[in-house]
Amino acid sequence: MKTLLKLVSLIGLLATIVPSFLVFADIITLDTNKLLMIVGTLLWFISAPLWMNKKVE
Amino acid sequence: MAKNKITEQLDSVEEYERRPVPESKLKNWKSFLGMYAGEHTAGTEFVIGPLFVAHGASANDLIWGLLIGNILAVLSWAFLTSPIAMKERITLYYLLEKISGKKVTTVYNLVNALMFCFLAGSMIAVSATAVGIPFGLAMPTLNDWLPNSIGWIVAVVAVGGVTTIVAMFGYNLVSKFANIAAPWMILVFVASAIAVLPELGVHSFSDFWVRANDTIWTGTPLEGQSQFTFWHIMFFAWFANMAMHIGMADLSILRYAKKWYYGFNSGAGMFVGHYIAWMASGILYALFLKETSFSTEFAPGPIAYRGAGIAGAIVVVIAGWTTANPTIYRAGLALQAIRPNWKTWKVTLVVGVITTVASMFPALVMKLLNFVALYGLILMPMGAVIIMDAYVIPKLKLKQYYAETFNKSANMAVVIAWGVTLLFSMWLNFSFGVEIFFLGLPGWFVAAALYLIISYFIQKNKTAGGIE
Repeated sequence: MKTLLKLVSLIGLLATIVPSFLVFADIITLDTNKLLMIVGTLLWFISAPLWMNKKVE
Repeated sequence: MAKNKITEQLDSVEEYERRPVPESKLKNWKSFLGMYAGEHTAGTEFVIGPLFVAHGASANDLIWGLLIGNILAVLSWAFLTSPIAMKERITLYYLLEKISGKKVTTVYNLVNALMFCFLAGSMIAVSATAVGIPFGLAMPTLNDWLPNSIGWIVAVVAVGGVTTIVAMFGYNLVSKFANIAAPWMILVFVASAIAVLPELGVHSFSDFWVRANDTIWTGTPLEGQSQFTFWHIMFFAWFANMAMHIGMADLSILRYAKKWYYGFNSGAGMFVGHYIAWMASGILYALFLKETSFSTEFAPGPIAYRGAGIAGAIVVVIAGWTTANPTIYRAGLALQAIRPNWKTWKVTLVVGVITTVASMFPALVMKLLNFVALYGLILMPMGAVIIMDAYVIPKLKLKQYYAETFNKSANMAVVIAWGVTLLFSMWLNFSFGVEIFFLGLPGWFVAAALYLIISYFIQKNKTAGGIE
């Protein structure tokens, strides 16, 4: 389960950063990039709290 | 019932204000990595990066100035703050009380808490520029000092209220939230800058340096702004957190570290937040200036929204929030040191209210570079005192922790070192026009020398007079 959550988090981070390079390479538009970034943001904040900080204390 | 439960939970927040952190409560390196990366990838980075552009920094000066300044900042944390934190494992405020006495510490804590409130206030103001986007909030300009609308006040009160409530629950919650947000925040900063590069004329990696010089960091300041050189940038990068490293405020954080070298974790904050994020926000601001024909409006929220959409606006809110949180927490510790019986959460609440009121004034954002330098300068002399007390005073065969040892409420060596250092800095500023960014370095040596000389004479007289 934790592995799956980490995978979702990773997809979230990739969706946040990778599309900007695609804009730079003129493959997608800035608006598409913004949409993908918000999807990435949601994936990260839904999944990351479920596995991060579990061993902090 | 629910109210009692919340109060009980808040009362149980234990932050070891007046005793060393026990072994069982020490935190691992990851905790500090997240804390530093989150704290220094803050809402204010969306202000500082653009202000370098406004002050006409050149691309070359920026790259080298930030590199060297940030390395010096990391070394200051690792070799000055961390070893003292390991040795003492108490807050800055309690350590100062042992050295300088209750009265001096009270004054210091009041000044410190006020500075932290203003700093956190600027972060809340930055977040409010993003919160105001969907409401069409009129944004402040570079020349605004006072609140420009009721909407602005409502926005900062909303952000300040939430920030204060989270801070009231203590360091653990803050640390956990910063840990979660940090990796995502950094990527949004980078992504938003990369995505707008084509609009600045950068279509390949080889274009970047050309456009960096002629479009982004042009070397020409905006009208009414002073010219920044390599030295301004290097000293600003080094001293942006002077109160925390050289000034020792981060004793309160690093006392939880298992090893001294966790101080190097500050590099995560410096090179991600104070390098990449400052450059990224500068790139976004350059696009804003290009599109608005050099408008004086200065609002990080809309600038980030332009590059990254809703994610950009959210990052400004969260970046401001994750930095304002530990800053409010630190201000709370400063006040609690004056009245140790006050509950941590009640003190934090008071600090949060002061911070929120301060954040209503856009001047805190527009003059942020000067304020950050001033705040480091004012608090820095106490760091020099602590270093001298730990390493040099014993070598001179004098007593450490003067106030505690001799049961004094005020150590005049500290009072004179602090006061004269600030007067000396003002003299350099007013008489020779030395800018505030450059005053910290000579000031540190003046404070250290004065503390040693006056301590020598005070303690020599005590021993000679048989008081000891």
